[in-house]
Amino acid sequence: MSELHDTTYEPGLLAEGTFDPGEKPAGIKRIPRGVEHLATEHLVVNVGPQHPSTHGVLRLLLELDGETVVNAEVVVGYLHRGIEKLGEHRRYHQLGTLMDRGDYMSGIHAELAAAMAVEQMMETEVPAKAQWLRVLMSEINRIASHMVWFGTFGLDCGAMGQFLYAMRDREALVDVLEAVTGQRMMFNYVRPGGVLADLTPEADSAIRTFLRTIDGYLDEHDALLGGNEILQIRVKGIGTLDRETAVAFGLTGANLRGSGLGYDVRRDRPYAAYPELEFDVPVGTTGDAWDRYTVRMGEMRQAVRMIRQCIDGMPEGDVMAKVPKVLRPPAGESYACVESSRGELGVHLVSDGSDMPYRFRYRPPSLYSLQALEEILPGRMFADAMMLIGSIDIVLGEIDR
Amino acid sequence: MALDRITGEHSVAFAKSEQLFDWARRNSLWYLAFGIACCAIEGLMSASGPRFDFDRMGVFFRASPRQADVMIVAGTVNHKMAETVLRLYEQMPEPKWVVAMGACASTGGPFRSYPNVVLGVDKIVPVDVYIPGCPPRPESVQYGFMQLQEKIKRQAEERNAARRDRDR
Repeated sequence: MSELHDTTYEPGLLAEGTFDPGEKPAGIKRIPRGVEHLATEHLVVNVGPQHPSTHGVLRLLLELDGETVVNAEVVVGYLHRGIEKLGEHRRYHQLGTLMDRGDYMSGIHAELAAAMAVEQMMETEVPAKAQWLRVLMSEINRIASHMVWFGTFGLDCGAMGQFLYAMRDREALVDVLEAVTGQRMMFNYVRPGGVLADLTPEADSAIRTFLRTIDGYLDEHDALLGGNEILQIRVKGIGTLDRETAVAFGLTGANLRGSGLGYDVRRDRPYAAYPELEFDVPVGTTGDAWDRYTVRMGEMRQAVRMIRQCIDGMPEGDVMAKVPKVLRPPAGESYACVESSRGELGVHLVSDGSDMPYRFRYRPPSLYSLQALEEILPGRMFADAMMLIGSIDIVLGEIDR
Repeated sequence: MALDRITGEHSVAFAKSEQLFDWARRNSLWYLAFGIACCAIEGLMSASGPRFDFDRMGVFFRASPRQADVMIVAGTVNHKMAETVLRLYEQMPEPKWVVAMGACASTGGPFRSYPNVVLGVDKIVPVDVYIPGCPPRPESVQYGFMQLQEKIKRQAEERNAARRDRDR
């Protein structure tokens, strides 16, 4: 434990000559004699489903030895709404509405996966402009989603200020999304065959205004939370997932990339207009919570880079292909995956030739991250458990579906 | 109540303790930090964020039901969750109010046809204010809270009127 916390930290706000820690105090040793070998009784603590740090309705059963977590069990199902089953009783156009409410933080990605799966079966050619708009909206949504993660991750660590800054920036992004899609959260913007609407002049100017300020804001966020030595000392070295474990758990997204494996659907199974864009995939080294933090912060910067390219290189043309009013894909199956804010979000559709899917399967990236939580919690302190939940960035809506 | 008239240097205001408490309750509705699904992002996080600033209405979140006045049911309640919702409601001290936020909490919303979903949280706990929308905008949530304040005010007036009638 102590050797993990003694890792060197990068100089932050406090280290710039404003704070001199002085010499370490000698330390107080007040352990009474004779109790060093006494074991404490194990205590099972129920966390959730109503708990401010569980990011929704997650329930954890933690077996504690003193303050150390010995065993952790995750209980899910408090938000099971039957999205997959309901999808089998909806027409193909209506799947996006359900997908939005699955991963409610990054709705555009979820819709995109469903739309792409339908297009694969219908063999629809999506217009180039629609592909670019999909990328643009995806990346805007990615930053909005990461902003919520950034704010709540700080809340889990006991900081409050960065939440307000993160929500300020999220509002700017939500304004853009609202100007284009008409909704703040449940967009239903990406449809099979294209997207709902073109950028309006107001939306275009809102994006440009946002792009002027975001770089400075991201630096501010980095200084506010990431540059804080207290956070670094608390976060570095905890919750380490090495590469093999991460792959074995089926992790994707920032959790996998934090472990040093640079798998990104946008680069490795490219879709929409991503092959035409330049971007880097940030990768961590050790796979601890700090790496996951830095990877997500890096992703936001890459998303800004991609938004700039989209605004500059947006082609002209239609935003919607000619698709029939009622979609009846031929019998068969398709799988489409996108890189959502949390990892590989996949949709598997089986069609029997009717206007509704025969089977609709939704691969939620958070579910796999949550399973890895049971692996990283044992051995950590109880206070670290809350931060580890924050560091893997789960959304219960898509876990329970 | 014109506050500037009664807060002079030597001024004294008289009020029934009941009225005073109702006035205080209306203006410090602390809600339980209990986000179930999508609506929690809009109703609890965005609304208390810097733009919408719920604090100015005296609305602030508490992590424990023992300290909360209002429960915002923000999301779909299914049968597994219903037990917890009821238990949290019972843990809140009187007087307490429930706000059903969004289509799911009001009626079951888009997931209505799934058998696991409770068709509105009013099947479990008494609801004071329903906020339509999927999800409602933060402004709608604030408007809902203003309606709740009106309701508390009206309840006090009705109680006083009933007492006057009885005494007459």
